[in-house]
Amino acid sequence: MASDKRTIIPIGPFHPLQEEPEFFELYVEGEKVVDIDVHIGYNHRAIEQIGQRMNWDQVIFLVERICGICSTSHPIANCNAQEDLAGVEIPERAKYIRSIVGELERLHSHLLWVGLAGHFLGYNTLWMWAWKYREPILEIFEHVTGNRNHYAMMRPGGVKRDIKEEDIPHLTKVLDEAERKIAMVTKAALDDPVLAARLKGVGILTQEDAIKYCAVGPTARASGVAIDVRKDDPYAAYDLVEWNIITQEAGDVFAKAVVRLLECFESVKIIRQCLDKLKKVKGDIAVKIKKMPHGEGKGHHEAPRGETFHYVRSDGSNNPVRVKVRAPTYVNLPTCKATVPGESVADAAIILAAIDPCYCCTERMMRVMDKRGGKVELDGNELVRLSQEKTRGLRKQLGL
Amino acid sequence: MSLTMFSLKKSIWVYHLSAGSCNNCDIEILDCLTPRFDLERFGIMLVGSIRHADVILATGIVTRKCLLRVKRVYEQMPAPKLVVAIGACACTGGIFRTGYNMAGPFDRVIPVNAYIPGCPPKPEAMIDGVVKLIQSLNGKLPAKKVR
Ligand code: SF4
Repeated sequence: MASDKRTIIPIGPFHPLQEEPEFFELYVEGEKVVDIDVHIGYNHRAIEQIGQRMNWDQVIFLVERICGICSTSHPIANCNAQEDLAGVEIPERAKYIRSIVGELERLHSHLLWVGLAGHFLGYNTLWMWAWKYREPILEIFEHVTGNRNHYAMMRPGGVKRDIKEEDIPHLTKVLDEAERKIAMVTKAALDDPVLAARLKGVGILTQEDAIKYCAVGPTARASGVAIDVRKDDPYAAYDLVEWNIITQEAGDVFAKAVVRLLECFESVKIIRQCLDKLKKVKGDIAVKIKKMPHGEGKGHHEAPRGETFHYVRSDGSNNPVRVKVRAPTYVNLPTCKATVPGESVADAAIILAAIDPCYCCTERMMRVMDKRGGKVELDGNELVRLSQEKTRGLRKQLGL
Repeated sequence: MSLTMFSLKKSIWVYHLSAGSCNNCDIEILDCLTPRFDLERFGIMLVGSIRHADVILATGIVTRKCLLRVKRVYEQMPAPKLVVAIGACACTGGIFRTGYNMAGPFDRVIPVNAYIPGCPPKPEAMIDGVVKLIQSLNGKLPAKKVR
């Protein structure tokens, strides 16, 4: 579809910094991006098919390995689906523990995003900061679940491990500390005039488009769509504690950053209340599911990036007949069709990163070729450099 | 000790190649660079281009779509080509080894020098693995491999 005037910038598929390989094609006319194409599938690991050969408990381990950052979201969603199928209600204590683990994950995931966004903009300090303050949260994970990532906390019918009474003061302490640090990062990032100049009004996803593209999670909430399955269809302990949905109206990259940063505080709020309740609510942490009946089950969870949806079908045997997963990035990614065209090449990196598909562009396969001469003009590092230079220029302009 | 070996020991430049992982291993690799573990103080640096790299940190099962690309990346790498397979996926295929899209594990696609098991391995384990690899070379570069 590329006309003669357009140049194609391929980005990817290998991102040396993090996350799965994805392949973007930017069609540019001069500085301006006019169209974008996304190719995915480099990371396809046949999870749904493998899941059909595993038994119900193993499926939880499998879906945990769909994504390393949302590694408790998928198990929660799948457990919800299996419990829906089996028609069991999990004990109250398990509900609180599920919410705690889920929200801790949101904290570490949002901090991770803030760091990477900082890196794309040339604020490597922000990157190092955010990741430094993410470490204590990973430490809590190690303390509570036994692993820094891939916690293996969920099981159909409840949770695997209890949070001990004597651990709670330690958790509260680390949480307080983390909250203070996040507040500092938030203030530093949101008050920065350069970041504001760089991000405000960039990559706007209108409310109408957000609904049209079925965006979910912070991407939708930053466009004024108050969608959050934790409120819309509560599970775990989300209807037993007080918290708010964070929304912003602007829909630009800045609004997405604000939503994510403010959500961190809501998460801290939820965890605190859950820890308090844990002191009072005693009892089992899991119920046994004896037999999976015939039928279907569905479950969802608000992952850090949006709603993740799981569907299972059973024929009454030991294995699921069908496991279906819909992850949030899958619906959020197409919104770049609405946000990227019309923006400059230097802004493309951060707009694509704003939906949090974890996209990096310092790659060997990103090239701008002169179509006639076949000369390489721009590569991956160049794109990041362009983005970082724009920030520097702005900083000078504002006299900082 | 050759000059290459001498400089390799002091400053290992690593390149991160993710070929169908769950990106948890990848995040832990990145984590090694951030203040808690701070690999750069040992001269280990993550580089964006394979042409600058001494060591490939390979993660993931190598999906069919990645297969040819992984080979091409390896071919573009300058000698000595060292590859570290990180995580259960890269070492054996892990939980995904029975899937239809599995073309790996890594040692079926490119020669692998060291394996770091774990799902995901802790950053300490990764650092240890790379250090052990360099020590095991014993001042000698690995024999030239046939491509
Ligand atoms: S070894 Fe485990 S953590 Fe690493 S990529 Fe594979 S599934 Fe993910």
